[in-house]
Amino acid sequence: MRSIRLIPCLDVTDGRVVKGVQFVDLTDEGDPVELAARYDEEGADELTFLDITASSDGRDTMISVVARTAEQVFIPLTVGGGVRETEDARRLLRAGADKVAVNTAAVERPALVRAIADEFGAQCAVVAIDARAHAHGWQVYTHGGRRPTELDVVAWAVECATNGAGEILLTSMDRDGTRDGFDLDLLRAVVDAVDVPVVASGGVGTLQDLVDGALDGGADAVLAASIFHRREFTLGEAKAYMAAHGVTVRPA
Amino acid sequence: MTGAATRDADGPRIAVLDYGIGNLRSAEKALQHVGAAARLVADPAVVEAADAVVLPGVGAFGACARALRESGLEPVARAAIAAGVPFLAVCIGFQLLYEGSDESPGSDGLGVFAGTSAPLAPTVKHPQMQWNQLVACGSGSGPAAAAAAPLHGLGERPWVYFVHSFAPPVGPETVAVCDYGGPVAALVARGNLWGAQFHPEKSGRSGLGLLANFVALAAGPADGLANGLADGPAADPAAA
Repeated sequence: MRSIRLIPCLDVTDGRVVKGVQFVDLTDEGDPVELAARYDEEGADELTFLDITASSDGRDTMISVVARTAEQVFIPLTVGGGVRETEDARRLLRAGADKVAVNTAAVERPALVRAIADEFGAQCAVVAIDARAHAHGWQVYTHGGRRPTELDVVAWAVECATNGAGEILLTSMDRDGTRDGFDLDLLRAVVDAVDVPVVASGGVGTLQDLVDGALDGGADAVLAASIFHRREFTLGEAKAYMAAHGVTVRPA
Repeated sequence: MTGAATRDADGPRIAVLDYGIGNLRSAEKALQHVGAAARLVADPAVVEAADAVVLPGVGAFGACARALRESGLEPVARAAIAAGVPFLAVCIGFQLLYEGSDESPGSDGLGVFAGTSAPLAPTVKHPQMQWNQLVACGSGSGPAAAAAAPLHGLGERPWVYFVHSFAPPVGPETVAVCDYGGPVAALVARGNLWGAQFHPEKSGRSGLGLLANFVALAAGPADGLANGLADGPAADPAAA
């Protein structure tokens, strides 16, 4: 049986959860440990923390957030943001993360993905890809979505999977924060190209968007942030809706 | 830090084998959460003194097998299993209970159970990285009560979290499978030896329930004799 994971995502900076539109205009959404515990209680299948702080102080804060979360939340925890070396991954895993997501550093040094997979197992090597549509497909962006690269998203996803990535976290920058739904064409293109699980991210505004990501986009997991942070829906409501519309989920 | 470790200091002493592999903190914290005095242990003498042993493992089979061997903990792990000390093996730790794995030809497991782990069916995604339902099957080896103990109180077909690409064959020791391109061995029990392909420490309420059952097993009979647990029958899970 194949089940679809529902993952609330917490963008964290300086120990607070924030949310922006297309990666800018950040607003404070709460304490990450409290939110993590609430989502676990509501039936989240997994949690993703993205550290959007650039400073090393911020990363130390993140380690503490991960450690405090891991003491009370017993579901899988993925942490990304600022992972540049195998040692960064080690610190996060030791603090209690189960998977580590790399983005910019993977583009700059693709061998990092292989190094993390070899050292800690492919299951904890996630590559996060920030994608923006262009004339002939989608382009990979780095540095929190600020810097375009020459890489094609589908080709890069395939390369990462070949390099040992155990999962792809695929964010549509065009949709992020817009509440217009996932970029289903992007999602389908990547899902069809790689064998590893793909997490859909960016654009969820309604519960139907979650269903569409799973059934039309073919995602293995669907990720959303603001609809949960702002209590528009509980995880339980989202899962009930997904189940009622043909998506196999673990009941909340 | 919270007072979890001190709060639970009176629970059974559970040694989580620290042989340098993966995120062991989660297993330690989850066991503490359900009342065990759990700690990461790299010293064989401390393992020998424990009420129960947990063998975790993530990553590649060969790397885990090698690390366990090089850590010097393999002999005490074998001894604990042979003596009937409550023993829980998780994920690759679970696969290590078998003879080997196609993932790492030439690397030997502990060979407690017969068989070799093979890739999951070609018709499904690898790894299985998802929640799936446990379906009880058979009674495992040994007393039926012991076989039923891991799943006690978890309800019908509990959902648990899996991350793996290989699995050992379904055998007489198997007490639950999941369906992933066919039946996949998910949980085994033979007396006080339990093994889970999934991650109980990452499986929310169901996982904590299984770990609580293991802590009850480690605590021994309800009359609480401190050292009357090594080779006794499974604890009555209702006492958990």
